[in-house]
Amino acid sequence: MTRDTPLLSVQDITKTYGGRIGCADVSFDLWPGEVMGIVGESGSGKSTLLSCLAGHLTPDTGRVVFDTRSEGPRDVLAMSEPERRMLARTDWAFVHQNPRDGLRMGVSAGGNVGERLMAVGARHYGRIRDEAIDWLGRVEIAADRIDDRPRQFSGGMQQRLQIARNLVTGPRLVFMDEPTGGLDVSVQARLLDLLRGLVRQMGLSAVIVTHDLAVVRLLADRLMVMKGGQVIEQGLTDQVLDDPQHAYTQLLVSSVLQV
Amino acid sequence: MSNHYNFAYLDEQTKRMIRRAILKGVAVPGYQVPFASREMPMPYGWGTGGVQVTAACLTPEDRLKVIDQGADDTTNAVSIRKFFQRTAEVAVTEHTAEATVIQTRHRIPERPLTAGQILVYQVPIPEPLRFLEPRETETRRMHALEDYGLMHVKLYEDIARNGAIATSYAYPVKVEGRYVMDPSPIPKFDNPKLSGTPALQLFGAGREQRIYAIPPFTEVISLDFEDYPFEATKAPHACDLCGDGGSYLDEVITDDAGGRMFVCSDTDHCASRQAAGHRGRLSPQEDAA
Repeated sequence: MTRDTPLLSVQDITKTYGGRIGCADVSFDLWPGEVMGIVGESGSGKSTLLSCLAGHLTPDTGRVVFDTRSEGPRDVLAMSEPERRMLARTDWAFVHQNPRDGLRMGVSAGGNVGERLMAVGARHYGRIRDEAIDWLGRVEIAADRIDDRPRQFSGGMQQRLQIARNLVTGPRLVFMDEPTGGLDVSVQARLLDLLRGLVRQMGLSAVIVTHDLAVVRLLADRLMVMKGGQVIEQGLTDQVLDDPQHAYTQLLVSSVLQV
Repeated sequence: MSNHYNFAYLDEQTKRMIRRAILKGVAVPGYQVPFASREMPMPYGWGTGGVQVTAACLTPEDRLKVIDQGADDTTNAVSIRKFFQRTAEVAVTEHTAEATVIQTRHRIPERPLTAGQILVYQVPIPEPLRFLEPRETETRRMHALEDYGLMHVKLYEDIARNGAIATSYAYPVKVEGRYVMDPSPIPKFDNPKLSGTPALQLFGAGREQRIYAIPPFTEVISLDFEDYPFEATKAPHACDLCGDGGSYLDEVITDDAGGRMFVCSDTDHCASRQAAGHRGRLSPQEDAA
């Protein structure tokens, strides 16, 4: 039951843009069922890091070792493109900040959810549709909206649809880039509630990039604080937030407005 | 020939370049081979790709047939046939059986093709994934990686919106279990004829600068869902001139009071059946014997 290999092992990831540092020497292990939060100000390299992990960018140095279902731990960066794509649509999921980046806006909600199923070989319309209806229900979208296009959805619904589209193939690792960015607070709260439920229920591991400390407080088990491309502090979420050691973390925690 | 145009309009270097693209296309069935498409003396969309492929294939001994929507007598077919009569001085015919090279727009002849014949299609948009994924770099990568889930998303949308796969022409096919290909805007009624035919099928897209091919006896499968299988549909009528119930039909409006007739879109097929004595619902009455 308990496994002694981490699901994702990140080793010395460095990415530079010419002379500028994107992120430098980042290493961490992510264990099955664990949620890792990455916080930091704009330009601190957190999105660069996430793109490197998810294979959207190629880092200059380092290794990203993922514990695959069939072959055990493998370096994702050394995989061939078809293997990486297969991984990206089965065991991995990527939730974009802007749902327009993660959804096909011209395709109905059902088609959006079904795309990953069809990409891995589902060829039975009825079953694809049933699965899509089931997932729309799980993210609290009414089943009668299945043939509507995402354009006709509100921002919060679009974000929930994007989550359904990503989780439909039962991934084990989810990357989220500011999943609550651009949503108002009440919609944010519902989305966080939903995400927390899904993560616990499916036993997902997740890497969440955000600048919103409330999001990591609710979702993340562990926290990494980045500044200027470097990881300056990491530890258990409550520990880092309640007893920040680094000056920048202290500043970050004290900058949150108290209502 | 020295004072004439070069045989079949194109210069020899151009024909050589096109033949190389054709050979590559034949070697990799369904793969879109880029080629340096030339300006032709007709507008894009009138078959510049097909004309270049035909020109590269023609020999002085060939007998050419040109059809447009199945018909030998429409503007597009007549002009292209005349073009090759003038520039290549090849024999022409309207009979499918006698032709060695057939250039077609939007149809496959009803009469089964035979070994040694070449069918050249005019293709407006060769990329089957184009309307789903606008980036050429991405569609090429999808072909390279056989990443074809998106094609089924289109069919899914069809069923979700219309209750059935409503795509009725340019219906996507998979060639020899590998490349997904746009069969040019032929009706899906013609799709089964793409597969396993003894003739060579070549596709030329002039504006998009692509050539692809289906060699003889290649397996071509129309994409579908298990519970919504592919159906080759046609109007549920028989031809009103030759009485054929199995050929693809054109609907012709005959008056402004709802009058209509259905006739074979393949004029050669219809004419040869009438010559053989077949009659349809609206055939002219013959003198009583």
